[in-house]
Amino acid sequence: MANDPIHQFQISKIVPIEIGGLDFSFTNASLFMVATVACAAGFLYFATSQRSLIPGRGQSVAEMSYEFIANMLREGAGSGGMKFFPLVFSLFMFVLTANLLGMFPYFYTITSQIIVTFALAVLVIATVLIYGFYKHGFHFLQLFVPSGVPGALLPLVVTIEIISFLSRPVSLSVRLFANMLAGHITLKVFAGFVASLGALGALGIGGAILPLLMTVALTGLEFLVAFLQAYVFAVLTCMYLNDAVHPGGH
Amino acid sequence: MFVTSAYAQTAPAAPETPAAPGAAPAGDTHAAPAGETHTETGAPHGGEHGGTFPPFDSTYYPSMLLWLVITFGLFYILIKNVIVPRVGGIIENRQGRIAQDLDEAGRLKAEADAAVATYERELAAARAKSHAIAENARESAKAKATADRNAIEAELSQKLSAAEARIGEIKAQAFTQVGQIAEDTASAIVDLLIGGKATSDDIKAAVAAAKTGA
Repeated sequence: MANDPIHQFQISKIVPIEIGGLDFSFTNASLFMVATVACAAGFLYFATSQRSLIPGRGQSVAEMSYEFIANMLREGAGSGGMKFFPLVFSLFMFVLTANLLGMFPYFYTITSQIIVTFALAVLVIATVLIYGFYKHGFHFLQLFVPSGVPGALLPLVVTIEIISFLSRPVSLSVRLFANMLAGHITLKVFAGFVASLGALGALGIGGAILPLLMTVALTGLEFLVAFLQAYVFAVLTCMYLNDAVHPGGH
Repeated sequence: MFVTSAYAQTAPAAPETPAAPGAAPAGDTHAAPAGETHTETGAPHGGEHGGTFPPFDSTYYPSMLLWLVITFGLFYILIKNVIVPRVGGIIENRQGRIAQDLDEAGRLKAEADAAVATYERELAAARAKSHAIAENARESAKAKATADRNAIEAELSQKLSAAEARIGEIKAQAFTQVGQIAEDTASAIVDLLIGGKATSDDIKAAVAAAKTGA
């Protein structure tokens, strides 16, 4: 049980709630969603509460993340995309905090649940679709018709464009989910080797050094992945939002 | 739901495996702990051992979605209404302050430049004025010196001509007296030499002759 690499993704109920035959229990995953929001919101709120002209450490980090996402969105979707800034910033901070909280031992990694990442991806794609149709009407469908393509190839290209558009929520959610899941499983497997080899006596302890080093290296890598996947999620969100703002622009 | 029903088929087999060690001492209570385990931990616990991989277990999807909507929704509202205006305000305020400071610096620099220009102009004016004053002083000093010299020269030449006139006068007077003295001297010499008295007319003629001859 202790060495089972899948155990960390197990969901357990804390407060059972059932409405209309569906299970809406407050689980350990729900607890860590609350913790993620509390950490991210608390940090941003208290770090900026001074509103200093010359920022302190916390305020500096908060401003840096704000400007990081603002620049990303401005480059990705132009100034017309800046109305989505709260959404992209919330997504980035939520995913980043969830990923980083998942790095603590015994903490639950909510981004390793496909339903969570899929829901976030669907939120992005739904925003793109709703805003795209609201703003451009049927011109939004130009998104699927790249300019300058010969007539004979057009049906093929349009089909590819539509498939590529439909695969976006899948790729967006699976990328984040699979990275977090695989990383945590690998970490757990190597850490499990240390424990099981260490139990074998002197020779085993010698042999356990290698997986121990591997675990340390993987932990570093996982912190990188935690940030990188939040960044990738935000960048792709900006790119998709660009389609909603400028549907003919590619 | 599909995954859960799939699990339901494997469920009867699952409790036997974990229950086996516990069941051995219990003996005939086999059914009770197996059922107990099952109800306590529910479907996902059994799934952990073979059935469902937790992320694909749809039992908790409604719960996950509900709590995600609640937490992320609150987070979004907080970000949109509090954090973004606040951080945006801080950054804008700072940029405004920087721009204002730059403007102030530019204004002060322009002022300093104007002051320097004024100073240069005043300095040039003062220099020109001092130059003019020096020039005037030099001119007037020169003129006065020339006038003085002319006056002295005129006085000197006047004195010179007066002296010359006097010398001429004295000379003329002396010349008139020379004849008389020569006559007296000649008559005395004649007296002494020849003892006879020469007539004064002769002597006068002789002196006159000697004067013209000399």
